[in-house]
Amino acid sequence: MTEINSIKMEFLSRSANEGFARTAMACFAAQLDPTLEELGDIKTAVSEAVTNSIVHAYPDTLGKITVRARLFDDNSMEIVVRDWGCGIEDIVRARAPMFTTGGDDRSGMGFTIMESFMDKLQVRSKPGRGTTVTMRKRILVRKSGK
Amino acid sequence: MTVGSMFENGVLTIYLDGELDHHAAKKAVAYIEEKIDTHLPPEIVLDMKSLSFMDSSGIAVVLKTYRRMKEISGKVRVENVNKQPRRVLDASGVERIIKVIALTKEA
Repeated sequence: MTEINSIKMEFLSRSANEGFARTAMACFAAQLDPTLEELGDIKTAVSEAVTNSIVHAYPDTLGKITVRARLFDDNSMEIVVRDWGCGIEDIVRARAPMFTTGGDDRSGMGFTIMESFMDKLQVRSKPGRGTTVTMRKRILVRKSGK
Repeated sequence: MTVGSMFENGVLTIYLDGELDHHAAKKAVAYIEEKIDTHLPPEIVLDMKSLSFMDSSGIAVVLKTYRRMKEISGKVRVENVNKQPRRVLDASGVERIIKVIALTKEA
Protein backbone atom coordinates (compact mmCIF):
# COMPACT_ATOMS: atom_id res chain seq x y z
CA MET A 1 0.00 0.00 0.00
CA THR A 2 1.62 3.22 -1.17
CA GLU A 3 0.69 6.74 -0.25
CA ILE A 4 -0.36 8.79 -3.27
CA ASN A 5 -1.28 12.11 -1.71
CA SER A 6 -1.48 13.87 1.66
CA ILE A 7 -2.59 17.10 3.27
CA LYS A 8 -2.39 18.66 6.71
CA MET A 9 -4.41 21.50 8.12
CA GLU A 10 -4.36 23.29 11.43
CA PHE A 11 -7.04 25.48 12.95
CA LEU A 12 -8.33 26.87 16.23
CA SER A 13 -11.00 25.06 18.26
CA ARG A 14 -13.77 27.42 17.18
CA SER A 15 -17.08 25.74 16.38
CA ALA A 16 -17.30 27.65 13.08
CA ASN A 17 -14.38 25.47 11.89
CA GLU A 18 -16.41 22.24 12.13
CA GLY A 19 -18.02 22.93 8.77
CA PHE A 20 -14.71 23.96 7.25
CA ALA A 21 -12.92 20.77 8.41
CA ARG A 22 -15.53 18.30 7.12
CA THR A 23 -15.98 20.12 3.81
CA ALA A 24 -12.22 20.32 3.22
CA MET A 25 -11.87 16.59 3.92
CA ALA A 26 -14.73 15.76 1.57
CA CYS A 27 -13.06 17.83 -1.17
CA PHE A 28 -9.77 15.98 -0.66
CA ALA A 29 -11.52 12.58 -0.59
CA ALA A 30 -13.15 13.40 -3.94
CA GLN A 31 -9.87 12.34 -5.61
CA LEU A 32 -10.81 8.72 -4.82
CA ASP A 33 -14.09 9.08 -6.73
CA PRO A 34 -16.40 8.21 -3.82
CA THR A 35 -20.19 7.94 -4.02
CA LEU A 36 -22.29 10.66 -2.38
CA GLU A 37 -22.98 8.24 0.45
CA GLU A 38 -19.27 7.54 1.05
CA LEU A 39 -18.60 11.28 0.95
CA GLY A 40 -21.39 11.82 3.49
CA ASP A 41 -19.87 9.17 5.76
CA ILE A 42 -16.46 10.88 5.68
CA LYS A 43 -17.99 14.30 6.32
CA THR A 44 -19.97 12.95 9.27
CA ALA A 45 -17.03 11.13 10.86
CA VAL A 46 -14.74 14.18 10.54
CA SER A 47 -17.46 16.40 11.99
CA GLU A 48 -17.78 14.10 15.02
CA ALA A 49 -14.02 13.91 15.67
CA VAL A 50 -13.45 17.65 15.30
CA THR A 51 -16.51 18.47 17.42
CA ASN A 52 -15.17 16.19 20.17
CA SER A 53 -11.93 18.18 20.24
CA ILE A 54 -13.76 21.51 20.29
CA VAL A 55 -16.32 20.51 22.96
CA HIS A 56 -14.37 18.13 25.19
CA ALA A 57 -10.63 18.71 24.67
CA TYR A 58 -10.77 22.48 25.03
CA PRO A 59 -13.95 23.14 27.08
CA ASP A 60 -12.92 26.57 28.38
CA THR A 61 -9.94 27.45 26.22
CA LEU A 62 -9.09 27.93 22.59
CA GLY A 63 -6.60 25.35 21.36
CA LYS A 64 -4.96 23.93 18.30
CA ILE A 65 -6.48 21.09 16.25
CA THR A 66 -4.76 19.40 13.32
CA VAL A 67 -6.37 17.19 10.70
CA ARG A 68 -4.08 15.14 8.46
CA ALA A 69 -5.29 13.00 5.61
CA ARG A 70 -3.54 10.51 3.37
CA LEU A 71 -4.75 8.75 0.26
CA PHE A 72 -3.40 5.33 -0.68
CA ASP A 73 -3.18 3.40 -3.94
CA ASP A 74 -5.67 0.78 -2.71
CA ASN A 75 -8.27 3.57 -2.87
CA SER A 76 -8.35 4.05 0.89
CA MET A 77 -8.13 7.18 3.00
CA GLU A 78 -6.69 7.74 6.45
CA ILE A 79 -7.76 10.74 8.53
CA VAL A 80 -6.01 11.73 11.75
CA VAL A 81 -7.63 14.32 14.02
CA ARG A 82 -5.38 15.50 16.82
CA ASP A 83 -5.70 17.91 19.72
CA TRP A 84 -3.52 18.88 22.67
CA GLY A 85 -6.40 19.29 25.10
CA CYS A 86 -7.46 17.65 28.33
CA GLY A 87 -7.50 14.08 27.03
CA ILE A 88 -9.85 11.18 27.75
CA GLU A 89 -9.76 9.47 31.16
CA ASP A 90 -11.46 6.23 30.11
CA ILE A 91 -11.47 5.57 26.36
CA VAL A 92 -13.60 2.39 26.55
CA ARG A 93 -16.31 4.29 28.39
CA ALA A 94 -16.06 7.30 26.06
CA ARG A 95 -16.58 5.04 23.03
CA ALA A 96 -19.69 3.39 24.48
CA PRO A 97 -22.96 4.47 22.82
CA MET A 98 -24.93 7.14 24.72
CA PHE A 99 -22.06 7.91 27.08
CA THR A 100 -21.23 11.60 27.32
CA THR A 101 -19.77 14.06 29.77
CA GLY A 102 -21.47 16.86 27.83
CA GLY A 103 -24.93 16.78 29.43
CA ASP A 104 -28.07 16.89 27.30
CA ASP A 105 -26.45 19.17 24.71
CA ARG A 106 -24.60 16.10 23.48
CA SER A 107 -26.02 12.76 22.37
CA GLY A 108 -23.06 10.55 23.27
CA MET A 109 -23.17 9.03 19.78
CA GLY A 110 -20.02 10.60 18.30
CA PHE A 111 -17.66 7.61 18.51
CA THR A 112 -20.47 5.19 17.61
CA ILE A 113 -21.08 7.12 14.40
CA MET A 114 -17.35 7.30 13.58
CA GLU A 115 -17.14 3.54 14.11
CA SER A 116 -20.12 2.68 11.95
CA PHE A 117 -19.38 5.15 9.13
CA MET A 118 -15.66 4.34 8.80
CA ASP A 119 -13.92 0.97 8.42
CA LYS A 120 -11.50 1.45 11.27
CA LEU A 121 -11.28 3.75 14.29
CA GLN A 122 -8.40 4.09 16.70
CA VAL A 123 -8.41 6.43 19.69
CA ARG A 124 -5.26 7.26 21.63
CA SER A 125 -5.34 9.68 24.52
CA LYS A 126 -3.44 10.77 27.60
CA PRO A 127 -5.18 12.85 30.26
CA GLY A 128 -3.70 16.34 30.19
CA ARG A 129 -1.80 15.68 26.96
CA GLY A 130 -4.39 15.36 24.23
CA THR A 131 -6.17 12.93 21.95
CA THR A 132 -5.44 11.42 18.54
CA VAL A 133 -8.27 9.86 16.53
CA THR A 134 -7.24 7.82 13.49
CA MET A 135 -9.89 6.71 11.01
CA ARG A 136 -9.64 4.69 7.83
CA LYS A 137 -12.06 4.12 5.01
CA ARG A 138 -11.76 2.24 1.77
CA ILE A 139 -13.60 3.78 -1.15
CA LEU A 140 -15.10 1.17 -3.46
CA VAL A 141 -13.67 1.28 -6.94
CA ARG A 142 -16.53 1.55 -9.40
CA LYS A 143 -16.41 0.39 -12.96
CA SER A 144 -15.57 3.17 -15.37
CA GLY A 145 -18.06 4.44 -17.88
CA LYS A 146 -20.62 5.36 -15.28
CA MET B 1 -28.15 27.05 8.99
CA THR B 2 -31.52 28.79 9.14
CA VAL B 3 -34.56 27.76 11.16
CA GLY B 4 -38.17 28.70 10.46
CA SER B 5 -41.56 27.64 11.76
CA MET B 6 -45.30 27.48 11.16
CA PHE B 7 -48.10 26.83 13.65
CA GLU B 8 -51.32 25.50 12.18
CA ASN B 9 -54.15 23.30 13.51
CA GLY B 10 -52.25 22.42 16.66
CA VAL B 11 -49.14 21.32 14.77
CA LEU B 12 -45.91 23.26 15.16
CA THR B 13 -43.68 22.65 12.15
CA ILE B 14 -39.99 23.52 12.45
CA TYR B 15 -38.11 23.92 9.16
CA LEU B 16 -34.42 23.08 9.40
CA ASP B 17 -32.40 24.41 6.48
CA GLY B 18 -28.69 23.83 5.80
CA GLU B 19 -26.21 21.95 7.99
CA LEU B 20 -27.04 20.99 11.58
CA ASP B 21 -23.83 20.50 13.55
CA HIS B 22 -22.63 21.50 17.02
CA HIS B 23 -22.03 25.06 15.77
CA ALA B 24 -25.65 25.41 14.63
CA ALA B 25 -27.32 23.29 17.32
CA LYS B 26 -27.41 25.90 20.08
CA LYS B 27 -29.30 28.39 17.96
CA ALA B 28 -31.67 25.71 16.68
CA VAL B 29 -32.48 24.43 20.19
CA ALA B 30 -33.08 27.96 21.52
CA TYR B 31 -35.42 28.67 18.58
CA ILE B 32 -37.37 25.40 18.95
CA GLU B 33 -37.77 25.78 22.73
CA GLU B 34 -39.00 29.35 22.33
CA LYS B 35 -41.60 28.27 19.76
CA ILE B 36 -42.76 25.38 21.95
CA ASP B 37 -43.13 27.72 24.93
CA THR B 38 -45.11 30.19 22.83
CA HIS B 39 -47.57 27.73 21.25
CA LEU B 40 -47.53 24.76 23.68
CA PRO B 41 -48.41 22.56 20.65
CA PRO B 42 -49.96 19.08 20.97
CA GLU B 43 -47.67 18.00 18.14
CA ILE B 44 -44.35 19.10 16.65
CA VAL B 45 -42.88 18.20 13.27
CA LEU B 46 -39.18 18.64 12.57
CA ASP B 47 -39.14 19.11 8.80
CA MET B 48 -35.71 18.14 7.41
CA LYS B 49 -36.48 18.59 3.73
CA SER B 50 -33.84 21.28 3.31
CA LEU B 51 -31.37 19.79 5.76
CA SER B 52 -28.34 18.71 3.73
CA PHE B 53 -26.14 17.57 6.62
CA MET B 54 -26.52 16.51 10.23
CA ASP B 55 -24.17 14.91 12.76
CA SER B 56 -24.73 13.62 16.32
CA SER B 57 -25.36 17.20 17.49
CA GLY B 58 -28.58 16.95 15.49
CA ILE B 59 -29.57 13.85 17.44
CA ALA B 60 -29.18 15.86 20.64
CA VAL B 61 -31.48 18.52 19.13
CA VAL B 62 -34.11 15.88 18.31
CA LEU B 63 -33.84 14.34 21.79
CA LYS B 64 -34.07 17.74 23.50
CA THR B 65 -37.19 18.52 21.50
CA TYR B 66 -38.61 15.13 22.48
CA ARG B 67 -37.98 15.73 26.19
CA ARG B 68 -39.50 19.22 26.09
CA MET B 69 -42.59 17.91 24.26
CA LYS B 70 -42.92 15.07 26.76
CA GLU B 71 -43.23 17.64 29.54
CA ILE B 72 -46.33 19.05 27.84
CA SER B 73 -47.54 15.58 26.74
CA GLY B 74 -47.02 16.42 23.06
CA LYS B 75 -45.95 14.25 20.14
CA VAL B 76 -42.83 14.53 17.95
CA ARG B 77 -42.33 13.53 14.33
CA VAL B 78 -39.29 13.92 12.08
CA GLU B 79 -40.21 14.30 8.41
CA ASN B 80 -38.72 14.56 4.92
CA VAL B 81 -35.32 13.23 5.95
CA ASN B 82 -32.57 13.19 3.30
CA LYS B 83 -30.09 10.33 2.93
CA GLN B 84 -27.18 11.57 5.04
CA PRO B 85 -29.26 12.73 8.04
CA ARG B 86 -31.20 9.47 7.69
CA ARG B 87 -28.01 7.41 8.14
CA VAL B 88 -27.15 9.40 11.28
CA LEU B 89 -30.65 8.96 12.72
CA ASP B 90 -30.50 5.22 11.92
CA ALA B 91 -27.15 4.83 13.69
CA SER B 92 -28.48 6.61 16.76
CA GLY B 93 -31.50 4.33 17.28
CA VAL B 94 -33.65 7.41 17.90
CA GLU B 95 -36.45 5.78 15.86
CA ARG B 96 -37.25 3.56 18.81
CA ILE B 97 -38.92 6.55 20.45
CA ILE B 98 -39.59 9.03 17.64
CA LYS B 99 -41.36 8.54 14.33
CA VAL B 100 -39.01 9.28 11.42
CA ILE B 101 -40.28 9.64 7.86
CA ALA B 102 -37.81 9.69 4.98
CA LEU B 103 -38.06 12.13 2.10
CA THR B 104 -39.96 10.34 -0.66
CA LYS B 105 -37.96 11.82 -3.50
CA GLU B 106 -34.44 11.97 -2.14
CA ALA B 107 -32.13 14.58 -3.55
